[in-house]
Amino acid sequence: MLKAFNCDLHIHTCLSPCAQLDMHPQALVQKALDRHLDMIAVCDHNASANAQYVMAAAEDQLSIIPGMEITTLEEVHLLALFDSLPPLLKLQQIIDEHLFGQNDEKRFGVQAIVNELGEVEGINNQLLIGATDLSIDILVDTIHQYGGLAIPAHIDRESFSVLSQLGFIDGNAGFDALEISKRTGIQQGRLQYSELAQYPFLTSSDAHFIGDIGKSVTKILMQEPTFSELKMALSKQNGRRILE
Amino acid sequence: MKVETIVQALGLEVKCCRDQLGKEVTGGYTGDLLSDVMGNSREGYIWITRQVHQNIVAVASLKEHAGIILINSSQPTDDTLEKARTEQIPIMVSDLPAFEISGKVFNLLTSKT
Repeated sequence: MLKAFNCDLHIHTCLSPCAQLDMHPQALVQKALDRHLDMIAVCDHNASANAQYVMAAAEDQLSIIPGMEITTLEEVHLLALFDSLPPLLKLQQIIDEHLFGQNDEKRFGVQAIVNELGEVEGINNQLLIGATDLSIDILVDTIHQYGGLAIPAHIDRESFSVLSQLGFIDGNAGFDALEISKRTGIQQGRLQYSELAQYPFLTSSDAHFIGDIGKSVTKILMQEPTFSELKMALSKQNGRRILE
Repeated sequence: MKVETIVQALGLEVKCCRDQLGKEVTGGYTGDLLSDVMGNSREGYIWITRQVHQNIVAVASLKEHAGIILINSSQPTDDTLEKARTEQIPIMVSDLPAFEISGKVFNLLTSKT
């Protein structure tokens, strides 16, 4: 039977320089459960080391989609979501080869790798706030090659969005969905972007603070909250779909 | 002033549409946010940018720009060049950063008009 599940598919952890340090895996899962979420995606800036620990912290209480928010050459924020860790790790290797510079904690913030018990496993020293030198087109192809979903983040924002950076969305761009920020929401987004009617819209919290988790949720009609069901919902297969 | 004059004066490398260098340049605009360029540039402008994505051609064509100058020796992608040939938008490359090439183009345009 199909059911509506609460999904927040863009949440940062303390690995993102701009996210609060209290966003460690255990706290994040607890907040998501408090907010009655069924599925969340972990998307740190150009990094993914905490995804495995959020999965471990969640056990079977909550569905975790491992992902990443990549900064493309054009400085577009692009979400990459996967069904498991191996393809994400493969993508991470590519990102690491195409991301340059060292983090400056005083200016940008700490990038902590924290396990499911709340213990610090390490500090990432890459300049995660920076941009890769990979174009959005190449990244979308690579994500698809690894079986993932490619979703431009917060297209309604005036910075780091596909519309601010690239002006418009080409019909051949191959995006699996478009994310609308909580400020605009799906309904308003549909009115504002009528030319993008062909794309599924998602809205997510893009939480950088623990209290923001679940503040913007997409209800998705699925059999269970899994990646494969999500994929079906985005292409409107077998009755699965996003409830707008 | 024609695009050709700017190409010659500043030693730009022409990547495509050499036959379109006779286009008249009425002004210039420097920017990497395509939404901003769409909103604020005008017909006949020469556009200076770091973006090399194929969408730059659509923007230049929509705004009827005289041409595009890529900065810091940035190379257009193959699909960008292909689109530029179809839309007949000349793309040039400079090894200078945006600040310097913009200053030089500005000086050329204001000294001759």
